[in-house]
Amino acid sequence: MSAPNKSYDPVEVEALKPEVVEQARDEAVAAFAAAGSLDELKAAKVAHTGDRSPLSLANREIGALPPHAKAAAGKLIGQARGAVNQALAKRQAELEAERDARVLVEEAVDVTLPYDRAPRGARHPLTTLAERIEDTFVAMGYEVAEGPEVEAEWLNFDALNLDQDHPARSMQDTFFVQAPDGTPDSGVVLRTQTSPVQARTMLDREPPIYVVCPGRVYRTDELDATHTPVFRQVEGLAVDEGITFADLKGTIELLVSKLIGDGLQLRWRPSYFPFTEPSAEIDLQCFVCRGESVGNPDRPCRTCSSEGWIELGGCGVVNPRVLVACGVDPSRYSGFAFGLGLERILMNRHNVADMRDMVEGDVRFTLPFGMEI
Amino acid sequence: MRVPLSWLREYVDLPAGETGRDVAARLVRAGLEVETVEQLGADLKGPLVVGEVLSIEELSGFKKPIRHCFVNVGAANGTGEPQEIVCGATNFAVGDKVVVVLPGAVLPGPFPIAARQTYGHTSAGMICSARELGMGDDHNGIIVLEPHHEPGTDAIELLQLVDEVLDIAVTPDRGYCLSMRGVAREAAAAYGLPLADPALLDVPPANSYGYLVKVADPAGCDRFVARTVTGVDPSAQSPIWLQRRLQKSGIRPISLTVDITNYVMLEVGQPLHAYDRNRVDGPIQVRRAAAGETLTTLDGVKRKLSTEDLLICDNSGPIGLAGVMGGATTEILEPVVDPETGQVTGSTDVIIEAAHFEPVAIARSAKRHKLPSEASKRFERGVDPEAARAAAQRAVDLLVLIAGGTAEAGVTDIAAPHPLRTIAIDADLPDRVAGTGYGRETVTRRLQEIGCTVVGTDILEVTPPTWRPDLTDPYDLAEEVIRLEGYDNVPARMPTVPPGRGLTEAQRFHRRAGVALAGAGFVEVNNYPFVGEAALDALGLEPDDDRRRTVKLVNPLNDEEPGLRTTLLPGLLGAVRRNLGRGNTDLAVFETGTVFLPKAELKVAPRLPVDRRPSDAELAELDAALPDQPRRIAVALAGERLPSGWWGKGAQAGWADAVEAARTVARAANVELTVRQAQRAPWHPGRCAELLVGDRVVGHAGELHPRVTKALHLPERTAAMEIDVDLLFAGGGQRVSGPAVSSYPVATQDVALIVDAAVPAAEVEAALRDGAGALLEAIRLFDVFTGEQAGEGKKSLAYSLRFRAGDRTLTADEASAARANAVAVAGERTGAVLRGV
Ligand SMILES: [Zn+2]
Repeated sequence: MSAPNKSYDPVEVEALKPEVVEQARDEAVAAFAAAGSLDELKAAKVAHTGDRSPLSLANREIGALPPHAKAAAGKLIGQARGAVNQALAKRQAELEAERDARVLVEEAVDVTLPYDRAPRGARHPLTTLAERIEDTFVAMGYEVAEGPEVEAEWLNFDALNLDQDHPARSMQDTFFVQAPDGTPDSGVVLRTQTSPVQARTMLDREPPIYVVCPGRVYRTDELDATHTPVFRQVEGLAVDEGITFADLKGTIELLVSKLIGDGLQLRWRPSYFPFTEPSAEIDLQCFVCRGESVGNPDRPCRTCSSEGWIELGGCGVVNPRVLVACGVDPSRYSGFAFGLGLERILMNRHNVADMRDMVEGDVRFTLPFGMEI
Repeated sequence: MRVPLSWLREYVDLPAGETGRDVAARLVRAGLEVETVEQLGADLKGPLVVGEVLSIEELSGFKKPIRHCFVNVGAANGTGEPQEIVCGATNFAVGDKVVVVLPGAVLPGPFPIAARQTYGHTSAGMICSARELGMGDDHNGIIVLEPHHEPGTDAIELLQLVDEVLDIAVTPDRGYCLSMRGVAREAAAAYGLPLADPALLDVPPANSYGYLVKVADPAGCDRFVARTVTGVDPSAQSPIWLQRRLQKSGIRPISLTVDITNYVMLEVGQPLHAYDRNRVDGPIQVRRAAAGETLTTLDGVKRKLSTEDLLICDNSGPIGLAGVMGGATTEILEPVVDPETGQVTGSTDVIIEAAHFEPVAIARSAKRHKLPSEASKRFERGVDPEAARAAAQRAVDLLVLIAGGTAEAGVTDIAAPHPLRTIAIDADLPDRVAGTGYGRETVTRRLQEIGCTVVGTDILEVTPPTWRPDLTDPYDLAEEVIRLEGYDNVPARMPTVPPGRGLTEAQRFHRRAGVALAGAGFVEVNNYPFVGEAALDALGLEPDDDRRRTVKLVNPLNDEEPGLRTTLLPGLLGAVRRNLGRGNTDLAVFETGTVFLPKAELKVAPRLPVDRRPSDAELAELDAALPDQPRRIAVALAGERLPSGWWGKGAQAGWADAVEAARTVARAANVELTVRQAQRAPWHPGRCAELLVGDRVVGHAGELHPRVTKALHLPERTAAMEIDVDLLFAGGGQRVSGPAVSSYPVATQDVALIVDAAVPAAEVEAALRDGAGALLEAIRLFDVFTGEQAGEGKKSLAYSLRFRAGDRTLTADEASAARANAVAVAGERTGAVLRGV
């Protein structure tokens, strides 16, 4: 650095001559542009903007200038440095982008690799189907009632208007529980239906009663493609003032539309159940063939066995005798009840051909159903 | 009940074009369960004609007898020349009239017929058996027709091979539909057509010279009609029409007299029994069996009778189980042909019984002797007592007409007085039940259609017909009206349901537990709850283990599995084995369901009244007879829990996964689960955890005993857990109190402790927690090892402790002090010492 020079013109300072400054600037800009890597750029940066760089040295000379010359010199250097820094930043950005592109390419993976590291689970479709039906009714205001699978005969049969000699009692193919003395006269059975839960509900509380009763029930059928001795039902019961067959029809129609969908016909077939009167079987139009397989051997339908209809379940207006046995005044209240077989609904709703698949617990059957149905 | 459409048309003049399916659809809407509509002869195509056998040449040198025949088929073959046919059957002779199928025809199968070379001759057609024509599968022999049929006559028409048969599953309330008469009545109502009632016959009045009958039990038998026909030709055969109607109805023709009784039963619904009068000893008596009496029924079985059995007897003792099955000693003899003379011998004098028995008595006898017969099926469901006379008359008429018999003039008819039942019904009851408006006129008309007499206006006095014993109260009548008006015509409406309470907390938890386990990679299975000794033995249960005390079934599906499960494990482990057998190697399954635990004191559930609500004490007696039925969840794991893969090594399933599954369920219940070392079958004695809520054991988890995995053919190290969710849930449900989350910096300190190998890690952790005090935010065991570095009989446990204060930044000294205190308490309680100190 020169000593303070109060009398000289700034141009006399070599380092502050405009052509010298401009040259330093141009050299810096060229050096940055020539840098092929971030490391080279770093070196060029030190050389051209560091403390020992020509522009820095020139900048220091400004302090020695007479006041009237300082402004012009400052402006000259400032502009040069601005240009240099801009070039540096630009090259820095270019080189970083190049580096990033290269590194990220090197870090690329095959995102199609399978990743079955966490084991997959699933709930049984009969469980989730029952829940779906429960939810439909809970949304209407019903509650879910449960009861024991090993049940008193009185609740499974007698209270439901099936006395000891009723022909329907032998229709039901009941599992009987041994009495303490080893005889069959225990008065206890494996429930053949979830209706005893309805009876228990009526015995327990006053109308109005609106409940659905899901659960396992038992009949002495051998396991085959369309039968299982242990199966699931959801039954429903409404007991209130003025309940009619029309209310039953509306309720079932709503359930079917929620569960299966709209646009399929329902057929209400008169039938016989001791606990309801009138009684009906509900058939749903086959959603596969929509009845077109009937009498048409060229287009057989496996889903409905070319019958055109699929049995959904039974229902009816609660027999007043059942109300009496369960402590409900039939002159004030009436009710309806229905029962649906879940296995059959699952078969139809989800194209399951063989009921054994629901029983045997093969995980390959259950997994695709996931957590909800 | 199988109903041939051609027969039905005899009683109802159905529209000509109406098919079986059309009729079925109408009947279904009226409440008859038509299961199938069978198309008889649908794929049958002629020419099928009557032939006369002209010559038979027995061919020899073959493995079986072969006949080379010429048969006159009239002009049916176009030439009038004898038809050359090779036949493998031998039950026909020259001159016999047979049924011949000619080339170009198609038999049921379908089985097209063409001329072919066989056994060195041309066979241009076949001589047919009943089976080949689809007439029933019990006859392999050639059909030999009565001699009067002309060769060349169309046999499809003659044998009534083309028809439609409706198979109806008759519900117990509609016994009258176990007859053509009943089904025809329903069809008539469905079509609005008149019914030609086959029971409307001229019957001579009862007189005093009929066969002597004494009814000692008028409650069990309120009607007994007896008629006698003599001189029946034992060689007479049932005509084709009769045989065909029986066959189409699913009843095998036997002999003319028996066929006639069966035919009349199908026609009017009244079961008949025919006795060989010459084998009956003295008057017929109806009474209950005496103790120790026996009867050989006509199926040849000697039966020990109960004093509740209603019997038909003669002087020799029981000759029939009333309404169920006749006895062997008085049955109609099968006609026997004398090979020398061709003379046919058999029963010639016949007593026809048309009686009415009490349904319950018949039902019980049929059940007791395991003899569900066509007769008992009808009596159980109720037979029209007023049809007995007509049915007997119909049988007499047919025996005279077809069998050449002579009706005796004596008519026995013993009838207990039958009060007419009337039911009072509000005329608007059907409206109120259905939720629609039919009006009194419709109600009256519909009730009349089913045979009721109806009088009255606002309240109708209704007398049901004698064939409808099921109609006993006003609601029965309302149902009839609604069904005949059509369920389709009832409007659909929604009831106004009051607001419900939603799912209970327990129900929500059950769902959460399933979701949590499935989310943790378990697959739900459902198993039958049946168990036997073998399954419990395989679990290695001690002889006095409570789980061996099972609820036993009287009639199990499988005699080896008479009990109900007391644990979910047998079924669940069976599912594991099934999956493994199918190549599903890495398994984690769960089941939720009830187990059945007999009460300490076994009781019988009483039969309570049904005409009132039982008292609470009575209802409590029912529950006292039921086993406890708690709800459980169980899991089982085998193979890899976490698979190895490109990401690195996986992990085998083991005891820890089973214990963790219990914690997963507990978390769903918001319950703190305590785990304690324990020993219990079927678990490995060193790898079994007892699961507790507070002081209460709620389940177990761990690795299965090697002997158990061996006995059950499961992989070694198979792990399982079973927990009582009712007990678990009862211990939880506390509302979560939101924690105050501190945003001050955390201070983490590690500590490695050496303890005796037998000290449970849970105790060490509890001591550290207590010692560390309120500043401890979290503690985590991150390493466990045993071996030389830890020392003989010792193990090293390394914990990471996270300290944090809610109101300030902790100093290093504060954290260190808390750590030191934690170590000190662990040392006091468990003998833990800092490693390397
Ligand atoms: Zn279909």
